[in-house]
Amino acid sequence: MFALRYSAVIILIVAAALGFFIWHTTGAGGRFDFKLGLDLSGGTELAYSADTSKVPASQIQDSLASLQTVIERRINAFGVSEPQVQTAQGGALGTGQYRLIIDLPGVTNVDQAIAMIGQTPLLEFKLVKPGFESSTTLPDGSPNPLAFTDTGLTGEYLSSAALQFGNGSSALATAPLVQINFNSQGAALFSQITGNNVGHELAIFLDGQVISAPVIQQKIDGGTAVISGNFTAESAKSLADNLNLGALPVPITLVSTQTIGPTLGEQATHAGVVAGIIGFIALSIFLILWYRLPGVVAVVSLIIYSILMLTIFKLIPVVLTAAGLAGFILSVGLAVDANILIAERMKEELAAGKKADAAIREGFARAWLAIRDSNIAHLIASVILFWLGTSIIKGFALVFGLGVLVSMFSAITISRTFLLALGVNAEGPVGRFLMRSGLNK
Amino acid sequence: MKHEKRLLLVPAVISLLAVIMLLLWGLKPGIDLTGGSLLQVSYQTTGVPSIAQVQSAVAPAAASLKLGEVRVQPTGTNGYTLTERALTNDEKNSLEQTLGTLGPIHEDEFTSVSPTIGQELLNKGLIALGLVAVCIILFIAFAFRKVSKPVASWKYGIVAIITLVHDILIPTGLFALLGHVAGAEVDSLFIVALLTLLGVSINNTIVVFDRIRENLGAVGRKETFDETVGRSIMQTLARSINTSLTVVIVLAALYFVGPASTQDFALTLIVGMIAGTYSSIFLASPLLVAWEKWQRRNS
Repeated sequence: MFALRYSAVIILIVAAALGFFIWHTTGAGGRFDFKLGLDLSGGTELAYSADTSKVPASQIQDSLASLQTVIERRINAFGVSEPQVQTAQGGALGTGQYRLIIDLPGVTNVDQAIAMIGQTPLLEFKLVKPGFESSTTLPDGSPNPLAFTDTGLTGEYLSSAALQFGNGSSALATAPLVQINFNSQGAALFSQITGNNVGHELAIFLDGQVISAPVIQQKIDGGTAVISGNFTAESAKSLADNLNLGALPVPITLVSTQTIGPTLGEQATHAGVVAGIIGFIALSIFLILWYRLPGVVAVVSLIIYSILMLTIFKLIPVVLTAAGLAGFILSVGLAVDANILIAERMKEELAAGKKADAAIREGFARAWLAIRDSNIAHLIASVILFWLGTSIIKGFALVFGLGVLVSMFSAITISRTFLLALGVNAEGPVGRFLMRSGLNK
Repeated sequence: MKHEKRLLLVPAVISLLAVIMLLLWGLKPGIDLTGGSLLQVSYQTTGVPSIAQVQSAVAPAAASLKLGEVRVQPTGTNGYTLTERALTNDEKNSLEQTLGTLGPIHEDEFTSVSPTIGQELLNKGLIALGLVAVCIILFIAFAFRKVSKPVASWKYGIVAIITLVHDILIPTGLFALLGHVAGAEVDSLFIVALLTLLGVSINNTIVVFDRIRENLGAVGRKETFDETVGRSIMQTLARSINTSLTVVIVLAALYFVGPASTQDFALTLIVGMIAGTYSSIFLASPLLVAWEKWQRRNS
């Protein structure tokens, strides 16, 4: 008995401390503040599909990682707070096209966001096939797809770019140029390509268009190349600047945009919180009126359950969305179910003539099987949803799955400890009243 | 459990109605499942144009941009939601410019989804739905593996599937009806709701089956299978009703005061919860009894 009361007090103290932690860190904007999804905080989500069809399978992950870095760098340069760039694979089982999902909290001007990303140049180097030198473009001006072979050398391998002027004497020779420096990997690749293809043309593609196709005179070591084209000093400067912020390794196209205004997000958050509180109060009243003492214990353990969940949200941290909040509210329902199962079972044991202590232990033991089996079924569902789902479903599945795990612990351990620690004597009139339920006196 | 056939009539009729509504009207998929765009704007509270004004202002712009059908719906007290095919950013801007001629506007929400993404989301959702169902059935067959008399454990699994189909059919049928009368759409949150209901349905069925499992295992009682099932239902009745009552209380709060974006979600769950509770009493167990009787008659 002493040990039980001791653990009950410890549980209460820990819960109070965590409650204080939640209260203290909420709204402070620090590391432990709640992370709200775009639908609750306002902002823009852009989804791009990345065309990796021309990248060898072994290099897809590398080029996606570099794509992610480039976009992140570019967004950071524009001063968006806490942008999130993720790559995901589309298709029904995650085997389709690669996607780049960009979350921009606080950015509600899509023009600005799209422009910010849209200026990222796509730089590629391709060899002109022998015999195609005079037919590299189609009648409409676009590059002839048959004329080029990919070299694998792209903007991914760029380390820096700078504006230069030609050092020749004629007007053409002093035209503005963009000098690019490859990183060590790129330099090795460039030297290999130029070494193997002396006398061939190497075309430089910018955003899918050929801007120049110089003939390779000799093997070039040192990792420096020059892009010449019809540049003015300004256009060469802006290309160099854009290349410095990063060049894309693969082409991307915008496939979906979503913008939520900050007021709408705020309203949704407010309404969600109010709904949660009202729902909680209503179910507490019901539980206490119907189940009396076990009802009070259930409500206390539900409060502790909520505190644990909110703490987990802050520590992981879980990005909360409207779907996530719905998952949380539903998981509270599940935790209630466990408590009700236990309370009903205890009542039966008491009715069968057991003493309070034995009835509580037996009630928990017998309810456990049903709670375990149904929770496993829920866990199976949340794992599959998390694995297969798109972002909105993932948010729901994560919160719901965590909720199932935590509620198994809180309903069984916490409620049981409290009920046993109270040490009610069900033989007396007061004790009998407290342990009964519904309309019974 | 004398009247299991009569009990089964109720869920059978309701399911049939749901199927008829589904076949008759079908579901209206939202833009996130088919591709398309949604633009929600609000006007200043002092100068809100009428829906007819908005429609006639949008019509020429829609024609010149080849937008096809543009649906205009009032949203809140001073806003409108426009639904149309997927828009590029320039197309959206010119649409907003048109709306701006009726008074200063504020863009509250804009979503544009390309058809491929929408299709993908739908396929993913359906695959997840199927996979969850299969895995849970396998789990039930496993959890009840020790119960093989008088009804084999895989039959509990089959009965659980039938109950589950019923529980999913009812909210789906409701949305076919709501889609027909009120233009309600099903979106990815609806799929989430169905997936949740899968869990809830299984949960309710498991609680009753668990009791049957326990009562069958208890020695010293002489009763027939249908008596055991009847007793198990009575023993779990209070729990079934009280649990769904509490969950419905919480969901009702979500429906009435929660965010607009999860209102349909809450409604789907409320209907599904109620269906799931009554089906665990009036469908799953009577079906088990009917199967056992049929089995005895044919052996």
